[in-house]
Amino acid sequence: MATVFQGLGATAAITAAANPLDSNKLLLSSRRSFPGKKTSLVVVRSDGSLNLNTGSSAGARRLDQLVTNAVATKADAAAASSASKPGHELLLFEALREGLEEEMDRDNRVCVMGEDVGHYGGSYKVTRGLADKFGDLRVLDTPIAENAFTGMGIGAAMTGLRPIVEGMNMGFLLLAFNQISNNCGMLHYTSGGQFTIPIVIRGPGGVGRQLGAEHSQRLESYFQSIPGIQMVACSTPYNAKGLMKAAIRSENPVILFEHVLLYNLKERIPDEEYICNLEEAEMVRPGEHITILTYSRMRYHVMQAAKTLVNKGYDPEVIDIRSLKPFDLHTIGNSVKKTHRVLIVEECMRTGGIGASLTAAINENFIDYLDAPIMCLSSQDVPTPYAGTLEEFTIVQPAQIVTAVEQLCQ
Amino acid sequence: MALSHLSSTRSNRFLRPLAAAAAAAAASSLCRPISTSTEPLVIETSIPFTPHKCEPPSRSVETNPQELLTFFRDMATMRRMEIAADSLYKAKLIRGFCHLYDGQEAVCVGMEASINKKDCIITAYRDHCTFLGRGGTLLEIFSELMGRQGGCSKGKGGSMHFYKKESGFYGGHGIVGAQVPLGCGLAFAQKYNKDENVTFALYGDGAANQGQLFEALNISALWDLPIILVCENNHYGMGTAEWRAAKSPSYYKRGDYVPGLKVDGMDVLAVKQACKFAKEHVLKNGPIILEMDTYRYHGHSMSDPGSTYRTRDEISGVRQERDPIERVRKLVLGHDLATEKELKDIEKEIRKEVDEAIAKAKESPMPEPSELFTNVYVKGFGTESFGADRKELRATLP
Repeated sequence: MATVFQGLGATAAITAAANPLDSNKLLLSSRRSFPGKKTSLVVVRSDGSLNLNTGSSAGARRLDQLVTNAVATKADAAAASSASKPGHELLLFEALREGLEEEMDRDNRVCVMGEDVGHYGGSYKVTRGLADKFGDLRVLDTPIAENAFTGMGIGAAMTGLRPIVEGMNMGFLLLAFNQISNNCGMLHYTSGGQFTIPIVIRGPGGVGRQLGAEHSQRLESYFQSIPGIQMVACSTPYNAKGLMKAAIRSENPVILFEHVLLYNLKERIPDEEYICNLEEAEMVRPGEHITILTYSRMRYHVMQAAKTLVNKGYDPEVIDIRSLKPFDLHTIGNSVKKTHRVLIVEECMRTGGIGASLTAAINENFIDYLDAPIMCLSSQDVPTPYAGTLEEFTIVQPAQIVTAVEQLCQ
Repeated sequence: MALSHLSSTRSNRFLRPLAAAAAAAAASSLCRPISTSTEPLVIETSIPFTPHKCEPPSRSVETNPQELLTFFRDMATMRRMEIAADSLYKAKLIRGFCHLYDGQEAVCVGMEASINKKDCIITAYRDHCTFLGRGGTLLEIFSELMGRQGGCSKGKGGSMHFYKKESGFYGGHGIVGAQVPLGCGLAFAQKYNKDENVTFALYGDGAANQGQLFEALNISALWDLPIILVCENNHYGMGTAEWRAAKSPSYYKRGDYVPGLKVDGMDVLAVKQACKFAKEHVLKNGPIILEMDTYRYHGHSMSDPGSTYRTRDEISGVRQERDPIERVRKLVLGHDLATEKELKDIEKEIRKEVDEAIAKAKESPMPEPSELFTNVYVKGFGTESFGADRKELRATLP
């Protein structure tokens, strides 16, 4: 767990931020205090807005492009830089669909099952058109019985099929927790290696726009201890397609976490086939002063904050960890060795989230390289409220990230 | 068989002074008491099948002497194996949970007789005998029970996790009822690949009250999956009798729109007939439920004495009247397919086999410490990690 968590207050002085997504409402002068934690008054430097760091002057404009330049590639796949070939533009859910379709074309054993994935086309349109192309058996509409159809997918995987089980919302997969934990994760081990479970379990999770507590869950924190599974979180159309393909091809069970609010992200991705490495983190923005580790939607909040930080003269290194289990400690470690400061920004709850495990892992492995305690910004340990203002307070906002960085870099 | 009587009386008259053994030997050399004939034999099951929304199969089961003797041998091996496991557990060589199948042998033996190795079987934790029936060896079983390397799951699974992929045995599951959706998955794959094979998903009367059972019934009926749901009703869900756990203990009727059949699970021929019927039915018409009315002599597991919720009289009553091995013994003797002595010899042979397997299993070493971390993931795409930080727990294992 992060050893220091200080109450952060967003103050009205952060005016240099170029319209952060939802943090306008956070321009309060009151201090937020959290029970049981140390709180301190944070003073924001007033000179940040005028002092542009010439070293990264192009940073503000380049940030948009940097977001899309993913680094990771499979060893024998084509180079990933999207600037190399024209490519085609699409939205994230279309990228997922493209990856899925390519894999279904490539291997007859790949099939999809879930609620409304077939005729309806998927509640987030990820499987639209696939049932017409591949038939009702390969793109199977299931009744609302998560336990049964997840178990069915695992049983089918035991025989050699490669099913993709879609949870309409990740939170619904809690009903299949027994199947995922005991059967999916453990069968390879308890059978002494006889069975492999090449299943992909995917679905949208995370806090959306006022979807309510039960539909805003972050299951990565519950699943992370299950031995035998891999977890990845996609955040851009490029890595969504790449991770989908890698997950389908992997012999291990993979849980692919998508985010409800990221489905309409647009990006230009390469025409040629590519796969992302399942265990590799993505360097979003190289920097010198501090390492910011994040994943999924928080990546965008971090990048938003990075714009502000750059304007204030900081040079954050932003890494999208992508692989939630196992962590890519190679990339992360190299970054920590360079910057000596770590900030983790995640959407999981404070207690027992991915950030908690990551903090422990970094502390254990790289304590000698740290100049300051690791700070972990997570969502509050509350059910996500419906009211918009409260929902914003639940998750980490760019303003808080800026304040945290400034604090760490003092 | 009249020949044997004739020859033995004749030889008795002429060879009276000689020991009876010699006479018997002379008699046996003139005919073969243990029949290996495959001449069909039609035997009626003791009670008729009770159907639910289907036409029951006929009570007359076609079998042959060789098959009956195989039944006897297989069931006796299973019985001996379970009793040996009981002693090993009490000697603390088997630890944890050990669920014994003695009394229920007819179900797995009868099932095996009607299917092939391409059909899949999946069951819960009372899986030792089912594994044996699917082609497992006694050595693998005892090694796994004692947690040794030679076990079928390399010692990492234990009593509740026996698997044999090549023979279509998919386990071996500890959580009650969770194997039924897996069974739907096996059937789904069979349908997907267009094999003409079926899946038998076994569960108990306790598991029959699980929600996932009804989910599984719905999806298998909806998609016509080739699955046969077999409820092994031994009338007790651990310590709770079926009338205390279920409003409707007619488990074969629970499928509602899914047809069902109630079978005397202690009669191996009835089980064989029912499974054969079920396989044919399912390949044409979609799922079916078979309720096997059976009984376990031991408690739920070795930690359960089995006598707090039922009387010893009940247990011995069932043993006297319905024991599956005794039934086959009576059939074999009644049809003169073997003599009493031969059957006893078979049992002695089995006992020796089991003891030898145990001795050999005891010699098998414990798994290497490095085996702790193998088979967590399949190798590929660089995953060698065990924990979130790619590190293994650095501890010295005793």
